[in-house]
Amino acid sequence: MQRIGVFVCHCGSNIAATVDVKRVALAMLSENGVVFADDYQYMCSESGQLKIAQAVKEHNLTGLVICSCSPRMHEATFRKAAEKAGINPYMVEIANIREQCSWIHKDIEQATQKAIILARAAVAKVNLNSPLIAGKSPVKKRALVIGGGIAGIQTALDIADAGFEVDIVEKTPSIGGKMSQLDKTFPTLDCSACILTPKMVDCAAHEKITIFTYSEVENVSGFVGNFTVDIKKKARYVDSAKCTGCGLCQEKCPSKKALSEFNCGLSNRSAIYTPFAQAVPNVPVIDPLQCIKLKTGKCGLCEKVCAANAIDYTQKDEIITREYGAIVVATGFDVINLDNYDEYAYSQSKDVITSLELERIMNAAGPTKGHLERMSDGKAPKNIVFVQCVGSRCADNKGKSYCSKICCMYTAKHAMLIRDKYPDVNVSVFYIDVRTPGKNFDEFYRRAVEEYGVNYIKGQVGKVTPEPDGSLTVHGVDLIDGRQVKISADMVVLAAAIEPNASVRQLATQLTASIDTNNFLTEAHPKLRPVESPTAGVFLSGVCQGPKDIPETVSQAGAAAAKVIGLLAKNELTTNPCTAHSDELLCNGCSACANVCPYGAISYQDKEVNDHGIRETRRIAMVNTALCQGCGACTVTCPSGAMDLNGFSNKQIIAEVDAICR
Amino acid sequence: MPMNSTESFAPKIVAFCCNWCSYAGADLAGSSRLAYPADVKIIKVPCSCRVNPMFILRAFEKGADGVIICGCHPGDCHYSTGNYYARRRMTLLFSMLEYIGIEKDRVRVEWVSAAEAVKFSETMNSFVLQIKNLGENVRLGDLRCKS
Repeated sequence: MQRIGVFVCHCGSNIAATVDVKRVALAMLSENGVVFADDYQYMCSESGQLKIAQAVKEHNLTGLVICSCSPRMHEATFRKAAEKAGINPYMVEIANIREQCSWIHKDIEQATQKAIILARAAVAKVNLNSPLIAGKSPVKKRALVIGGGIAGIQTALDIADAGFEVDIVEKTPSIGGKMSQLDKTFPTLDCSACILTPKMVDCAAHEKITIFTYSEVENVSGFVGNFTVDIKKKARYVDSAKCTGCGLCQEKCPSKKALSEFNCGLSNRSAIYTPFAQAVPNVPVIDPLQCIKLKTGKCGLCEKVCAANAIDYTQKDEIITREYGAIVVATGFDVINLDNYDEYAYSQSKDVITSLELERIMNAAGPTKGHLERMSDGKAPKNIVFVQCVGSRCADNKGKSYCSKICCMYTAKHAMLIRDKYPDVNVSVFYIDVRTPGKNFDEFYRRAVEEYGVNYIKGQVGKVTPEPDGSLTVHGVDLIDGRQVKISADMVVLAAAIEPNASVRQLATQLTASIDTNNFLTEAHPKLRPVESPTAGVFLSGVCQGPKDIPETVSQAGAAAAKVIGLLAKNELTTNPCTAHSDELLCNGCSACANVCPYGAISYQDKEVNDHGIRETRRIAMVNTALCQGCGACTVTCPSGAMDLNGFSNKQIIAEVDAICR
Repeated sequence: MPMNSTESFAPKIVAFCCNWCSYAGADLAGSSRLAYPADVKIIKVPCSCRVNPMFILRAFEKGADGVIICGCHPGDCHYSTGNYYARRRMTLLFSMLEYIGIEKDRVRVEWVSAAEAVKFSETMNSFVLQIKNLGENVRLGDLRCKS
């Protein structure tokens, strides 16, 4: 028989304003097994926890029910408090009377009734709880960072500097990510490459960092502290060990019609290529879809000119299996596809470009060597119109509902840079709102308006029409003047929304990490655990979690690294004791449970059992508790009811059902 | 305002929510103050695949008017495949409910992610309405005991 103590939290007024906490506590006193019930302002506070410890001592409690906020918030807190007070932490149950009661109901009577029912369900469960002992599992002291942009680079550097080994997996031929494509960065206007490339080089030179470029995560298994990951190293057709990075192969390659991904398709590249001059590693790859030798068997020019003898047309994709204690997702973003936005004539005119394309045009290493030119005729534009929120903040399903966050600032940057370098060019910006929260951000935007005379027009653009003379007519509305405006432009720049990199969906499935409706990875808690995924051992860095600029990305990358270091610094982790187990007297060894187990945690053993005096050897299911993650699939599939789950046993759940329906 | 039967009837509704998606979705609905009727009482399970069809029958036996099972979206299960098992099991169970004497509309399976607070709240609102329209779960009650 349990001796249960019930503690009802006011949570200030969060609970107490809608739930009569005293009545809940009183009602619990008549529940089976309850010997003590009390309410208190903040159960999670030190004095609240002290109250628990005192009650445990005074009333000899064996189980606790805390009626408070969600167990996702403070279950761990109360389990620790219980342990301190001398009770097994798994003898604690939480009745969620805040998120699932007081916060969503207004009627005090209804909410109190519901809180009583939730509390009694928790009491009914605790009556059947049994002490559980968490197991231990070792931690592999290596981290995997997926994505080699600034987020991944910073995370890897920080982890490696703490003395742990890190592998970076990057799917393109070089690390660097989107930041390497940028020309200048706001609000300081320092050159992106100048601050990024040293970090890329640091990464490559760091003895604790291994970089797998042109590689993808193929498969992930295991759990926190013990992940096993298959990495697919795509065939580069170039031996990285031999290549000196001289670049002669790229120069001589006769197939030069492929569109350069790095230059957003605004220039061409050869079939054998490094994405950009500062690529890390400086080892080219052969694009098998473009290479004449790989397609037809003829050519082989690169092999002939390579003095280092590094070209190898026979290379095959390779699978590398490595073990990790922690995984950081830093997969970044892409600019959305603009097919749905034909009103802006993006597909009709070469002079309607995205902001990322403008970055390349303005970059000295870009398709125009940094000269501001129209992509259609190479002429210098005189009138440039920027359109904000293309696909961001959309109420309809066409675009994204969220704000892409970086566009206001980079547009101010572009406008300012253009006006600075080409003072005779007119720059107009159509905006819904200008959002500049950030250190020195608003000052930066004001400089664009006041010092550089950028013409900001509050209003949206309805249509961009390409004219026969090659110009573009922008039809918009000026909301402040309340009139339609028509601007003749030579170039239109669209601040297209950003979205998580397409690869993240599959990756989230592989990692069993949850993603939201916009494909951003979900954090464990939006405020208190912003860099952790709800899946233990998986961490989030950069835009894969939500839109952010470079300073924020770097901060988050460092935060994710700190979390990883905290994990890897441990020698062992406590494992979840809520695992499955089979009753050897009921099990008939049918294999149904092993068939549904996603972790291969169930095996069979011939075991001698004593079935009411009859001794016989039977085939019995055995659960490997180190592998079992406690989903409970086996418990339902078991035809004889032999499988049960610690912490969520059949009896416990039925007791909850009964208590709710009583 | 006249009270009609659907307004005075407070159904008993049991919602099984998986720990990783739907329970978190319910929490987010709570912190976003997205109201749904107090008739819904949530039982946390590690995964929708932990929901034994027997639990649902037990709930009806004990007087529940509706049972809803919420899990992660297909493909997003924390345990990879749990929600697929739940889907199959529930399809099978639901197909037999009428035979047992329970209206099919008293049960539902819904996929709600941790970020879908609005969906959670809307689902619960519509489910409660659906149960209210069905009325009390009387078909399982033993009529011989009624005077």
